[in-house]
Amino acid sequence: MAYSEQVIDHYENPRNVGKMDDKDENVGTGMVGAPACGDVMRLQIKVSDEGIIEDAKFKTYGCGSAIASSSLVTEWVKGMSLDEAQDLKNTRIAEELALPPVKIHCSVLAEDAIKAAVADYKEKQDKK
Amino acid sequence: MDITQNYFEFLGLPVAYQLDQQALSERSRELQKTLHPDRFAHLSDRERRLSVQYTAYLNEAVATLKHPLSRAQYLLHLEGVDTFSESSVQLDPMFLMQQMELRESVESVRDAADPEAEIDQLQSEVEAQMRELRGQFESFYEQATPSAFEAAATVVRKMQFIDKLGREVDALEDQLFDD
Repeated sequence: MAYSEQVIDHYENPRNVGKMDDKDENVGTGMVGAPACGDVMRLQIKVSDEGIIEDAKFKTYGCGSAIASSSLVTEWVKGMSLDEAQDLKNTRIAEELALPPVKIHCSVLAEDAIKAAVADYKEKQDKK
Repeated sequence: MDITQNYFEFLGLPVAYQLDQQALSERSRELQKTLHPDRFAHLSDRERRLSVQYTAYLNEAVATLKHPLSRAQYLLHLEGVDTFSESSVQLDPMFLMQQMELRESVESVRDAADPEAEIDQLQSEVEAQMRELRGQFESFYEQATPSAFEAAATVVRKMQFIDKLGREVDALEDQLFDD
């Protein structure tokens, strides 16, 4: 399959690969997986006291499109509020990366991951 | 021969997760013999086309039933539960965390002091988890209620991750030791 230039760029130079301490109360962790291809994705956000995402990290085991989708999301969400991040749509990711129809599910996975990370962060705050 | 039958019926095997691999290859060989194109040389175009169709169906049936994962998926498919094409579903975070860690250990095999031992260990881990999941699948499947089929589908989803992990480990082994 021919990958778009955008996908190759993120695949070869992934942004924000890494791990944050998931015990940190300012960190939200989203873990998602796609059974059909066995991909696993971890996406983490660090949120300021004002509710702004200061930093984001990801680690994805999957195809180029899955890696590119999560890499792109970590770039985008930095500086966003939690609500903005939660409203991020997979269609925007797919469009930006010019994903072919068979790879749309990779962008869905990245959307699910950021939503899960925000939900995890909120849950931690509620417990405080 | 009747290709409206499901793969199990087509091959004369019981519709069950436990599979007699020997019976599968015997039945498949018998059917192949009756389907051999030479036997159809004197027949009409239509009959020859049918023979090609039967052969394709037979190959598909054998390939699907042979492997524990695709057999499980097929059994659920017969019950109307699709686990082939879904892209994103809610999964147990603990399971995903564990998968992440296992994939991380695959990644670090290259830098390990004894990569061969690491690979052996990962392969036994994959086998152990698969065995466990196969057992779980069978007991859910045999309960044969809608909620048990759903539980069986969750097991199949986990199998898909372990299967992928196993393939990654095997590919790494080939890369490291078979050059």
